[in-house]
Amino acid sequence: MLESEASDEVSAYTMPITPSAAPSKTKTIRVLIAKPGLDGHDRGAKIIARALRDAGMEVIYTGLRQTPEMIASAAEQEDVDVIGLSILSGAHNTLCPRLLDLLRQKEMSDVLVLVGGIIPEADIPALKKAGIAEVFLPGASTQDIVKFVQQHAGARA
Amino acid sequence: MRQFAGFGSARDTNLRFRYLLAQGQTGLSVAFDLPTLMGYDSDDPLAEGEVGKCGVAISSLADMEALFDGIPLANVTTSMTINSPAAIIWAMYLAVAERQGADWKTISGTLQNDILKEYIAQKEYIYPPEPSLRLVVDTFEFGARHTPRFNTISISGYHIREAGSTAIQELAFTLRDGIEYVERGLRRGLKVDEFAPRLSFFFNAHNDFFEEIAKYRAARRLWNSIMRERFGARDARSCALRFHAQTAGCSLTAQQPYNNVVRTALQALAAVLGGAQSLHTNSLDEAWSLPTEFAATLALRTQQIIAHETGVTGTADPLGGSYFLETLTNQIEAGARDYIRKIDQMGGMVAAIERGYPQREIGEASYRYQLEVDRKEKIVVGVNDYVSNEKPIDILQIGDSVGAQQAERLRALRAARSNDEVARRLATLRTAARGDENLMPHIYEAVKAYATVGEICAALREVFGSYQETAIT
Repeated sequence: MLESEASDEVSAYTMPITPSAAPSKTKTIRVLIAKPGLDGHDRGAKIIARALRDAGMEVIYTGLRQTPEMIASAAEQEDVDVIGLSILSGAHNTLCPRLLDLLRQKEMSDVLVLVGGIIPEADIPALKKAGIAEVFLPGASTQDIVKFVQQHAGARA
Repeated sequence: MRQFAGFGSARDTNLRFRYLLAQGQTGLSVAFDLPTLMGYDSDDPLAEGEVGKCGVAISSLADMEALFDGIPLANVTTSMTINSPAAIIWAMYLAVAERQGADWKTISGTLQNDILKEYIAQKEYIYPPEPSLRLVVDTFEFGARHTPRFNTISISGYHIREAGSTAIQELAFTLRDGIEYVERGLRRGLKVDEFAPRLSFFFNAHNDFFEEIAKYRAARRLWNSIMRERFGARDARSCALRFHAQTAGCSLTAQQPYNNVVRTALQALAAVLGGAQSLHTNSLDEAWSLPTEFAATLALRTQQIIAHETGVTGTADPLGGSYFLETLTNQIEAGARDYIRKIDQMGGMVAAIERGYPQREIGEASYRYQLEVDRKEKIVVGVNDYVSNEKPIDILQIGDSVGAQQAERLRALRAARSNDEVARRLATLRTAARGDENLMPHIYEAVKAYATVGEICAALREVFGSYQETAIT
């Protein structure tokens, strides 16, 4: 019931800097986790970043308030296989197509783009048609997301 | 009963407010959209796709006038969830009140205005911590003089909990934020009993029923002891912790959404048994979108059933004396005291934030919780157990036309107002910001000249700079 005690700052946090699981036979999957738009709710983005890292992937988190332009250029510079967008603000219909356009312009259409957040079911078909590989809603488990990335980013990685 | 509402344009939200008042709601609570919360006008390029989505779009006094059209501010109390631009939005509210002929001495409501929890959890900050805190203290000082019944801050644990903290962390970080605000007020030269009675709090009402009740009880006890022992407060109102509670948005599930009605009712019951002065109950569809009118009404009815049918509101602290609750209250209080001591040792909350301490503690707790759910050590009904397929529910769709409408309104406003006067007021504000006088009177004058939220924030950003956090994952 009582889950927490104040922990000492030094021992509070150990961030796995190198992937914790050895990559199998192919190169390590590289993922960019990004928060586009003005929203600051980053709980989901941080959990996903950590879960993918714990699953052995290399994860770069952009931080908050990234425009689609900033995300596309970060993805290009970091040569990622996957972009995970976290959007809770309702701006997904504006932000996702713009990012996908930019990726096309940069000839990066093979990058797997996933979205997680508060997304009405009615918006999902159009997002997928625009090129979003999968939409993860509240309640999605980190295992399912890890599995999806491993299965679908394999072709590139 | 105070249901948080806001979407689309000021006119859309005005209609929802009138509807909620007609349904028996007793106070208003305004949700602003992300551009407003971040200090951008609706026609700013960064606002594209976000206007009116998470709340109402307010760019100028003209929008505020439309928001409260036909609603006498002398007769309602209004809570406004706004932080970085709180002083500006409050100035607009006061300007509407003045125009309506409502007396500033008697109008009442609450500004959230809690910037520290933005750096810790919700991340809607504009300027660095020090100038942001100056603005907060400016509102304390202005309020102490002009609006004795207005709560100039709502020190909020809600968002800390939503970001994934434990109950103890929520309580500890919130009260430590409170200590920081009191210290800043004292440093300004205010007397503790002059402004402390206007400090209010805002907590989450989460799933663990008894833990939540114990958390509220521990909060009152701790704040009373902090105010008396640490700050020497004499006025009983300075030592009393009054709080608003909201049921936990993060506990709502997209799956089997009707289950959320039950979750919310139980969470609301815990808040009432824990002594909440004011309550918001979430709607069943909020893991999908902002609530429909049907869902928002059902959430209000949930409160009305608790208030009028269950009889639980008749007794203060009805669970006091229970061996279990008393033990739990002691444990939570001790856990929170530990955290507060640690942050004191770091040199206060701003220093702790700069070291990333509360952010890390919350990140750890939220990751731990997610692993427990993923491993089914914690059951979430309908999500990781008792799963079934159900028909999709109807949800509220907010069109993208609000952005274009708002852009047009702003174009018309900029053509109609005196741009010379706006420029003059903004120049005066910038000069004042470089010194150390209270900025509220200058912001008030700028707002009355129809300077926009974006223009005023940009002027202050020029002087104060912007805050960039170091992202921790």
